[in-house]
Amino acid sequence: MVKHANTFKLLLIILLVAAISFFSYPPLINSLNLGLDLRGGVHIVLGAIETEDAKVTDEVMEQLMMVMRQRVDELGVSEPYIQREGDKRLIVELAGIDNPEEAVQIIGKTASLEFQLADGTVILHGGDLETAQARMDQYTQSPQVNLKFKPEGARIFAQVTGELANSYPPQDPRRHIAILLDGEVLTNPHVNEAIPDGQAVISGGFNEFTEAANLAALLRAGALPVDVEILEKRLVGPQLGLDSIEKSKKAIAIGITFIILFMLVVYRLNGLAANISLVLYGVILLALVSGIKVTLTLPGIAGLLLSVGMAVDANIIIYERIKEELRDKKSIRAAVDAGFRRATLTILDANITTLIGAFVLYFFGAGMIRGFAVTLTLGILTSMFTSLIFSRILLRTAVKIKIFQNTRYFGV
Amino acid sequence: MLQGLNLGIDFAGGTKLMVKFSQEVASEDIREVLSEYNLGRSTIQASENNHFIIRTPILTEQESTQALNALRENLGDMEILSSESVGSVVSAELQEKAIIALLIATILMVVYITIRFELSFALSAIAALFHDILIALSIFSIFQIEINISFVAAILTIIGYSINDTIVIFDRIRENLEFRQKETLSDLVNKSIHQSLVRSIFTSLTSVAVLLALLIFGGDTTRVFALAMIIGFVSGTYSSICIASPLWLELKKRWFINDRKKGKKVNPAPSR
Repeated sequence: MVKHANTFKLLLIILLVAAISFFSYPPLINSLNLGLDLRGGVHIVLGAIETEDAKVTDEVMEQLMMVMRQRVDELGVSEPYIQREGDKRLIVELAGIDNPEEAVQIIGKTASLEFQLADGTVILHGGDLETAQARMDQYTQSPQVNLKFKPEGARIFAQVTGELANSYPPQDPRRHIAILLDGEVLTNPHVNEAIPDGQAVISGGFNEFTEAANLAALLRAGALPVDVEILEKRLVGPQLGLDSIEKSKKAIAIGITFIILFMLVVYRLNGLAANISLVLYGVILLALVSGIKVTLTLPGIAGLLLSVGMAVDANIIIYERIKEELRDKKSIRAAVDAGFRRATLTILDANITTLIGAFVLYFFGAGMIRGFAVTLTLGILTSMFTSLIFSRILLRTAVKIKIFQNTRYFGV
Repeated sequence: MLQGLNLGIDFAGGTKLMVKFSQEVASEDIREVLSEYNLGRSTIQASENNHFIIRTPILTEQESTQALNALRENLGDMEILSSESVGSVVSAELQEKAIIALLIATILMVVYITIRFELSFALSAIAALFHDILIALSIFSIFQIEINISFVAAILTIIGYSINDTIVIFDRIRENLEFRQKETLSDLVNKSIHQSLVRSIFTSLTSVAVLLALLIFGGDTTRVFALAMIIGFVSGTYSSICIASPLWLELKKRWFINDRKKGKKVNPAPSR
């Protein structure tokens, strides 16, 4: 009755692994959180510039973050990442945007709007605006931005335009109100009459509608409380991102195929066991990466690939050991046991050093390099499980079956 | 040699652009346009399909936009595939971080091996490690390959892996020491190396194969990284055999036995 129990056990294990893999690989792969270099996007580190008049305090930074959030919202980015770093830095990461360059322009602009009289007196600024909208002028078919002041601003605007209209003759150069953005004159329209309703228009000077739309968005979100400079910028276009994914897939496929073939040829039965545990390894690793929501970047993929190579290393160490034991004329079962036992310590030692390297990398690295450290670490930990525990179960069960009890299967 | 290192923008600051033109463009054309903005000495690297990698010194956003627009106006439609800019502050920081990271990783390794084995093993392993790092740096310096943070990441991984490989052999030596009967120390080391040879080579083989796949099929962005790692792994394997073990032997002999002239003659300083 129980004669073929071990065969059943073995088949059951293999079947389980196959089933788990078949059903989990596709959804797992789809749920992977791709990083900027695979999805396209931009990573910017902004540094707040401290001057005599503008000190950078916690409050200022918080306000900066808020304005940044609104701007990014206007760009329509899903899941933006905006975090403070240190005292004076802000990290902004936007993934999956179509026009990353444009995004950078928008983010870095201080966007301080000023309304100036001919003599340079600033009568109103961006903070007095209630809202701004980009429109297409019906008559001239050119883009423009319609501004609307808040009540107080509207009052001042009405007053000033009225005064100008009354004090100076038409076409007098002093009868203008200049609109400046970050110190540069956008337009300098002539004041025809008093404007009581608090509405103004910025027209002309926009080549495309998107320019007007971007300006309106900036004005709505508000000016940055302090000037910023771009300390670091990394931008990947969506095309390159897709390219990278394709290339990675190819590299992974080829790398893994080689390993599978190698193990089969050199280690035969052991190799087969290693390959089966490799399949399980893949599932567990992907599940971990997906579950912990690790952002997968190109270095991250390299880390995964490398850990596959190292996972197999553990198996190789064990199998060489088993071969030795077999050469010493031990029985197959005893050889397998001894092999696993003696190899465990070596594997632990070896993996710990690589883990130390990965840990230092994580601690000192940032962004994408951290991704590499994380995937490498996860990979090594998972590989210890699959090669020390799973392969052992697999092999131990296998050697109890008569058919496999031949040293030739072990490459001896 | 250190002066010959081609520091990438991560450590030297600057901007690196990967662009693609929709029509035929030659590097000289690009250089001409850039010269008008005082950027004539930028590095321009061409690859197939009118792809170019342009590297300039640190530019402000404005300067960079100006230059890009100029290129577009003069040379036609240009698509920016990727762009990276690192300012001077950040690049100085990255340099510092990289060096500290390498130092700390090395120290941690020494500590670990001393705990697991003993000091003589640790010293030999570190010597082999330095050799590996020097080889990687030398090759990158000779061929003037750009050194960016991915290179540092590769080095840190190599540190872990090289020690890893060295440990495999030391483990064997330690085990054989336990059961040692009458053999000379050098014979024992020899035997240990023999026993671990196959394993060492095969484990490196699998990792190198995987990295080769990455190198050949993985595209430009991971190329440098894959190359650095391959150099490191290959070097790591043979340094464990040819440097760490004989060095340990030599150290042990000096401390214990003085009149043994047999055994492997060793070059304590790697002569590459």
